[in-house]
Amino acid sequence: MTRERLIRPGLFLAAPVIAVGLALLVAGLVLAATGADALRVLQDTIAYGTTGRSVVAVVDKSVGYYLAGIAAAIAFRMGLFNIGIDGQYRLAAFAAAVVGGAVVLPWPLGVVLMIGVAMLVGGAWAAIAGLLAAHRGVSVVISTIMLNAIATGIIAWLLHPSRLAVQAPGSNNVATALIPEGGRLPTIPTPLGDVDGFLLVAIAVGVLTWLVLGRTRFGFELRASGMSLRAAAVAGVDAKRMIVVTMIASGAVAGLAGMPQLLGASHRYGLDFPAGLGWTGIAIALLGRNHPLGIAIAALLWAWLERSAQILDLTGISREVVTIMQGVIVIAIVVAYELVGRMIRRREQRFVGLAEAATPGEGPARAASGA
Amino acid sequence: MWLRVTLTVVVLSLVSGAANAPDLLSEGSMGAALRFTAPILLAGLGALWAERSGVVNIGLEGMMIMGTWFGAFVGHQAGPLAGVLAGVAAGMSFGLALAVMALGFRIDQAVAGLALNLLAAGLARFLSSIFFDGIDGGSITQSPTVDALATVSLPGAQALLEPVASASIPIVSDVAQVTLGLVTDVSLLTLLVVALVPITWWVLFRTGLGLRIRACGEHPAAADSLGVSPAVHRTIALAVSGAMAGLAGAFLVTVASSVYREGQTGGRGFIGMATVVFGNWMVVPTAIGAFIFGFTDALRTRQEASVGALLLVAAVAFVIVAVVRGRHRSCRDAAGWGVASALLVSAFVLLPVVPPEFVSFAPHLTTLVVLALARPDLRAPAALGLPFRRGGSS
Repeated sequence: MTRERLIRPGLFLAAPVIAVGLALLVAGLVLAATGADALRVLQDTIAYGTTGRSVVAVVDKSVGYYLAGIAAAIAFRMGLFNIGIDGQYRLAAFAAAVVGGAVVLPWPLGVVLMIGVAMLVGGAWAAIAGLLAAHRGVSVVISTIMLNAIATGIIAWLLHPSRLAVQAPGSNNVATALIPEGGRLPTIPTPLGDVDGFLLVAIAVGVLTWLVLGRTRFGFELRASGMSLRAAAVAGVDAKRMIVVTMIASGAVAGLAGMPQLLGASHRYGLDFPAGLGWTGIAIALLGRNHPLGIAIAALLWAWLERSAQILDLTGISREVVTIMQGVIVIAIVVAYELVGRMIRRREQRFVGLAEAATPGEGPARAASGA
Repeated sequence: MWLRVTLTVVVLSLVSGAANAPDLLSEGSMGAALRFTAPILLAGLGALWAERSGVVNIGLEGMMIMGTWFGAFVGHQAGPLAGVLAGVAAGMSFGLALAVMALGFRIDQAVAGLALNLLAAGLARFLSSIFFDGIDGGSITQSPTVDALATVSLPGAQALLEPVASASIPIVSDVAQVTLGLVTDVSLLTLLVVALVPITWWVLFRTGLGLRIRACGEHPAAADSLGVSPAVHRTIALAVSGAMAGLAGAFLVTVASSVYREGQTGGRGFIGMATVVFGNWMVVPTAIGAFIFGFTDALRTRQEASVGALLLVAAVAFVIVAVVRGRHRSCRDAAGWGVASALLVSAFVLLPVVPPEFVSFAPHLTTLVVLALARPDLRAPAALGLPFRRGGSS
């Protein structure tokens, strides 16, 4: 049985390795087609990507990605596709920035307040989609995408000097008021450099998610609902409540995704606030198989790929090769997981079948525990 | 149905007068509405084809993106017609890719669609960096211009209707304006798109192929037992679905604008999915839904007052629905619609001008509201989204 227990995760680790390998192959082909020395590029990329500064930058970037991925995964586990992470995190960051800039509190209260506001706004925005899905049967996919567009419009309207923003003197950037010291998060000094302080929060969120999903009754109900709403209902789960609660949870975590940027880097929400985190979060959740640990690895990988893109610029190769790699990885991994899952299921079926044949009449479980 | 159309036009005409929004029902607005409806309509038809066969095609947006990119790429070099064909082919290939992933590898249909969207976005950017960057008029996010296709007008319509349209007769002038907008300077491609509606209806509901496809969407196991292969028919449906989305993309770069631009599709693939739900998976109601969303989409580019007038239009529509529901004894529903209507009227009165940022999400908000308030008794194809496996339980 122990051998079986090792083979399962082993096969599942094989999937991303195969996918990344395939993506590297595709990238190599593309590079060769454009006349570049693929091997040399790979060497340069790895050399650049493993410098101390690169590692710090990758970890910093991965924090936001990780939170977006967790948010997507929470919803995925329940069978919901929260495409609205994009709108949720931006609206949450905007609200947090406005509140943080307006209210002056000593550290760490300022930070705590902003995190609270972000989670509240993100959760509330996602709750709209959840309520529509639960009570009106509106597809979560469609409603979240529509809400993304609406969020963009609302932020654009509010981000105006006459409303909630100020014009930074001498620049074209319109942004919310600068957040005072009480609302900033310090960095964590490490041997390689200063790392974003929100990393600790992200790790805590990951651990918490793993605990809740895997070790609590609520988490069990969530996962059961994701596999079969009807079966979960038989077990006493209120489907409508579960949908809404899941979306709120997903949105609250999504609200945190913009915090590393806000609390650690820009300290204001401006026109240049990073966008597109939502789709990255979905891709990372798919890569990490909706598991907090897998998502962490996927987030680091994704951030590392983006960091490597910068070196490609310097060697004169289009950095969009990385974009293609990311796309190929997602497709390849989704296919690979499916194939691996099927292999495992076939192994299990064969195992049960053999055990059944060996001891006819007894239950397969009893035979298996003896084998 | 003609009664409803007439009623709609009369209401719109009255509202545009009351809200001081003369551009709401103008020739220009109608022409723009037609141009904005076409891609949404194509996306809706694409979603319809796929979902009627039992597959949820979330990858419509990505297929549309491929349609825009290849439409612009080929169109810039070989003319708009070749561009359109290239866009269709690109969309169709992605549709077949979805078929391979969802039917062949049996990946969850929604996940496969999402993955294809991500790939399409990345691919468009990557290909732009190679082919558009550095060319005159091109960049990583935009292509050089593509020539437009020929436009036609209904002969004699201009001469006949123009005088009526300019004379300010209360409702009749508006009708004349609307008609003029729909028949003047219409691109050949728009005509094709409109023609695809009755063609789709005929193929899906009057031919053997359509019947077989729909059977695969309702009860694939039963169809399979009769020798109708769900895999084959779903693949056909997905190919058509992808082709439609690709055509929508090609339309965007040849008719609606003349370039490929990153982010051009603007969620229209998903709005198309919403039109299918609105239309209860039937062809003509889907087309009507597409026109409603397209109309609000078009108003973004017209006078601001028109968008404000839309609030009043929606309020009137809600009141009508509330009355109908009240007559059907669904009093709570009716009350809900009535309250929504009152909210809209107060919004219209309090907000003198709708801010341009709000105008930008008018179609998305409309989609959301329409879906939220739609009939709860919609009936999707029974096997929608469920993978079929011979020998399985479905």
